[in-house]
Amino acid sequence: MTDIITGILEEGLTYAIMALGVYLTYRILNFPDLSVDGTFPLGGAVTAALLQAGVNPLVTLPVSFFAGAAAGMLTGWIHVKLRVRDLLSGIIMMTALYSLNLRIAGRANVPVFSRETIFDNTFLDKWVPTGVRPFLAVLLLFLMGMVMKRLLDWYLGTKSGSLLRAAGDNEALVTSLAKDKGTVKIIGLSISNAFVALSGCLYCQKSGFFEISTGTGTMVIGLASVIIGMKLFQRRSSVKATTAVIFGSIVYKTCVSAAISLGMAASDLKLITAVLFLLILAVSNGQKGQVTANA
Amino acid sequence: MLELRGIQKHYNPGTAHELCLFDHFNFTVGDREFVTVVGSNGSGKTSLLNMICGSIPLDCGKIILRGKDITGMPEYKRLKFIGRVFQDPAMGTCPGMTLLENLSLADNKGKAFGLKKGIDAKRISRYREALRELNLGLEENPDIPVGALSGGQRQALALLMSTMAPIEFLILDEHTAALDPGTAERIMELTDKIVKAKGITTIMVTHNLRYAVEYGTRLVMMHQGKMVMDRSKKEKEQLKVDDILDKFNEISMGYAQKRDLRK
Repeated sequence: MTDIITGILEEGLTYAIMALGVYLTYRILNFPDLSVDGTFPLGGAVTAALLQAGVNPLVTLPVSFFAGAAAGMLTGWIHVKLRVRDLLSGIIMMTALYSLNLRIAGRANVPVFSRETIFDNTFLDKWVPTGVRPFLAVLLLFLMGMVMKRLLDWYLGTKSGSLLRAAGDNEALVTSLAKDKGTVKIIGLSISNAFVALSGCLYCQKSGFFEISTGTGTMVIGLASVIIGMKLFQRRSSVKATTAVIFGSIVYKTCVSAAISLGMAASDLKLITAVLFLLILAVSNGQKGQVTANA
Repeated sequence: MLELRGIQKHYNPGTAHELCLFDHFNFTVGDREFVTVVGSNGSGKTSLLNMICGSIPLDCGKIILRGKDITGMPEYKRLKFIGRVFQDPAMGTCPGMTLLENLSLADNKGKAFGLKKGIDAKRISRYREALRELNLGLEENPDIPVGALSGGQRQALALLMSTMAPIEFLILDEHTAALDPGTAERIMELTDKIVKAKGITTIMVTHNLRYAVEYGTRLVMMHQGKMVMDRSKKEKEQLKVDDILDKFNEISMGYAQKRDLRK
């Protein structure tokens, strides 16, 4: 039982960082960004390649982060400068990243079991008592999740972050403030995809391999987490939206885990992902009694 | 001083619906002038404002602000020295953000939006003071989202926000049209107070002829992309609503007659 719970927490916390990124584009910037399906495995591909090359696992974190930021910037650039619709810009990036990820990783499946990772290395072996070992990954992921959540909270409270929120709320106002709304969107997409790629980096190190198909459905998992989190805490204004998203991610992973333990096969994972998301949408729309634009 | 020189603007060029709205249109607004603009629908009032702000491009001509050619300048750069209030109260504020957040954004216009704290604690008392001057009781709870305010309250806030940072020009695009008569009256009084206090050069488009006559230092009537009436300070003081109404009827009658003759 403890194994199942730690497993859910590990997965939930790993994906929570990705969900924070999706929250930024989908809820704040009002931009349905599909490039996350490519930037999540991008983080994994970069990480696998670096670990294979024997680089210190700590280095994979900032490198993945900035790789994701660059990809997000490109999505934004396609949308803003080439005037491609938001959904299409994401699809173009997602498709291009598929091949790019294969090039970076070398092939579709790269095991990194044998390498040192941030969860499994000689440093931790030496300093962490054996009793804590089983929960080490959860603790590290919790720490990472908190740091990223705080970072996002802090950013959204700055002048630059306020402008980003304004861009999602009322684009015309950003222009009135003598700022280019396109630049603001590019910054938002950049930050969002940086979070997503970092999450992909952690996922790769946690699971012990890079797998090209892990990206499929990232957007759906992220959206589901965001929507669950928002629904759970909609009546509690004291809970920050970013906290709600992290809880949403854990709840979502619990649901998936429950479905699998009820007899679904592991290969049904994406089907479960999709059906669960559909259920969540149907339930949240049913309460409003109307189809919202965001659905 | 703002100058529009030899403006040409066609809509739907190259199609059967091609419409030449402005043909060699010239318009000059002096510093600290408060121009009220009236005219029927389709007379080019809003197009005029959109061209000044850079929301729509010109076919030909120049726009010069204080000796500087701003014709090719993108909209967001022009708005550094232009404030604009729209007909729709929702356009000028962020509904999901609080009053203080909105005011902080407006206060920071023209400066860098960097990584400093979004709301400067030292300026909160100033924001409250500004809200108190609106006389709407908004200073009582400045932490509620703007989306919870009424249309009139939001428009008052939009007006306050657009004039918060130092601007040279204020553009009012039928900004009282969506409000009930009482609220419209208060917004108009507030507008006049702010414009006079800050000495901002202002262009106000309105369908309310009484406001056009009562407020401002100059009145312009537009019709089919031309100025058909232009009364500056002295002449405007003699002007009555009925005079404008007569002129209004005259041009629209003329238009109807011409249309009938063509048949």
